[in-house]
Amino acid sequence: MKRIYAIPEWCVNCRRCEVACKAQHSPWPGNIVKAFTLAGDEIYNRVRVEGDNIVSFAANCRHCAKPKCVEGCISGAMQRDPETGVVTSDPSRCVGCRTCVSMCPFGAISVVPAPSGVKSIALKCDLCGDGAGAPGEPSCVAACPNRALMYVESEAM
Amino acid sequence: MLDFTYPRYKVERDPNQCIQCGVCARQCANEVHMVDTDLGRVVADHKKCVNCQRCVVMCPTNALAITNWPQVGNGSNNWNLAAMQDIAKQAQTGAVLLSSMGNPQHYPIYWDHLLLNASQVTNPSIDPLREPMETRVFLGSRPEALRINERERKVVSPMPPRIKLDVPIMFSAMSFGSISLNAQKSLAMAAEELGTYFNCGEGGLHKDLEKYGNHAIVQVASGRFGVDMHYLETAAMIEIKIGQGAKPGIGGHLPGEKINDEVSRTRMIPKGTDAISPAPHHDIYSIEDLRQLIFSLKEATHYTKPISVKVAAVHNVAAIASGMARAGADVIVVDGFRGGTGAAPARTRDNVGIPIELALASVDQRLRDEGIRSRVSLVAAGSIRNSADIVRAVALGADAVYCASSALIALGCHQCQACAGGKCNWGIATQRADLTKRLNPEIGAERVVNLVRAWNHEVQELMGGMGINAIDSLRGNRLMLRGVGLNEKELEILGVKYAGEQ
Repeated sequence: MKRIYAIPEWCVNCRRCEVACKAQHSPWPGNIVKAFTLAGDEIYNRVRVEGDNIVSFAANCRHCAKPKCVEGCISGAMQRDPETGVVTSDPSRCVGCRTCVSMCPFGAISVVPAPSGVKSIALKCDLCGDGAGAPGEPSCVAACPNRALMYVESEAM
Repeated sequence: MLDFTYPRYKVERDPNQCIQCGVCARQCANEVHMVDTDLGRVVADHKKCVNCQRCVVMCPTNALAITNWPQVGNGSNNWNLAAMQDIAKQAQTGAVLLSSMGNPQHYPIYWDHLLLNASQVTNPSIDPLREPMETRVFLGSRPEALRINERERKVVSPMPPRIKLDVPIMFSAMSFGSISLNAQKSLAMAAEELGTYFNCGEGGLHKDLEKYGNHAIVQVASGRFGVDMHYLETAAMIEIKIGQGAKPGIGGHLPGEKINDEVSRTRMIPKGTDAISPAPHHDIYSIEDLRQLIFSLKEATHYTKPISVKVAAVHNVAAIASGMARAGADVIVVDGFRGGTGAAPARTRDNVGIPIELALASVDQRLRDEGIRSRVSLVAAGSIRNSADIVRAVALGADAVYCASSALIALGCHQCQACAGGKCNWGIATQRADLTKRLNPEIGAERVVNLVRAWNHEVQELMGGMGINAIDSLRGNRLMLRGVGLNEKELEILGVKYAGEQ
């Protein structure tokens, strides 16, 4: 399957990937101004640039063949699609226990308040493209100006 | 006294589009933008803006545009705002004004006064998509006469060393130090892909670029930075740099801040010391001295590589070129006053030298008049902006052209003329690691290759339109040019007829 790889050598810490990701996962995918203006604090980016202008890279889910997060999930929210290989988290089933966060070796999962505010939910990359898990370039990769994010075919990890 | 130097530019931010993501703030090495969390908006320090347009291009919502500072002048054409600002700066600092890139002043651009010919009825035009079209060029000296053994089908005359260009375009000298290694790498990779040459400039050849040696032209300049036997042997051609179009008569000065570990190793000078290229070569005070250096280099490389000599286009360039040809140069490079630089005194850049079009025409004519044109190849440099400029240059007598500014623009350069500051936001004219990594050579090389391929297609189209199927048949073919808006003297120097003249 195709996966997203971060190349620290070329990451320039602009964080355009974060902006694109945030908009993509808002009710107005592709419309950055609307997403940021109307959704306010209710939307989150799943890719996260770590570091500063000197050294940085975009931390993102590797969609492992045997994902630790799925293994550790106590509620069945974290699932790996057997056909596409995409690992996603179902917010309606997530109980916010943070087991996935502690088990992910790449720090690719973040926990954010649920829209209702009563619990927290795990959020992660859903390999968006033409749709979740569908072929097509994920929005963060398309937004990267320096090929620091590559969407390439790779062997199972 | 309160200074009256105004900002040059004003950052216009559309508040309806700005999402305060801070991309502009993180990308601006001049620290123009700042996300002010107290105010809840992004603010700008207009005075620091150099109009490199990095923020404009990177802004995810196109919220930014750079405009002129709105302050108007007093209405005088003589004491305009720019002239008064220069005085204010010098009154404050007592310093020589520095600037970068090529001459931006309102001098005539002769390319725009030369029209190209095309075939109609009496001679057929050629479709380059259907018929072969030759753009290959050899640079170097040529034998006095070509003798051939017809029985064995072999050339008998000894052939001087030459380099082969698949396209009539090379990348002119830009040194490591003045530009980043990633910028040089982009050009080296592009040159290899295109079958042409990049020039490493006077700052030595970085070890990472040695694998592109077959596509490298190395410079021996007045500072002699990075010159040793290995350097000479690695290159395809050696160029003696006498002058540069942007700053004729002036040497170079790379400030110590730009001499980091890598630059120091490549230039073979101590880290942190200023790299000074003297204005003259201290061993060249005559054509005879130049001949000595040319033959020293030929001797050192066992007569296997052509030696080129680059001079700035100045008033007596034709006579100098004739001397260079007689001194043994295989390739003569003439650099016009619109050629770029990483740093030059603004008064020199704006006022010294002559246009490449006139220099090229007079050099070619002089060499032809003296019967020595075929001894040398002639390369024109100094702001080749597009394929039509290349065709015009070849028709005026050039074998090939050098381009650098246009290649840099393909790499992201926006010609903001702030190279000397060392804070190039595009990762080109800087050595700061956080900035140089903004230029991924893989992307850079692709873009430069695209540009040159596109130009070469256009050169073929234009030649085909004239009914010419090889660039050799276009060279010096000034009948393919007609002038518009030029006076008698200009036409005479360019050696072209006026539009409408038969």
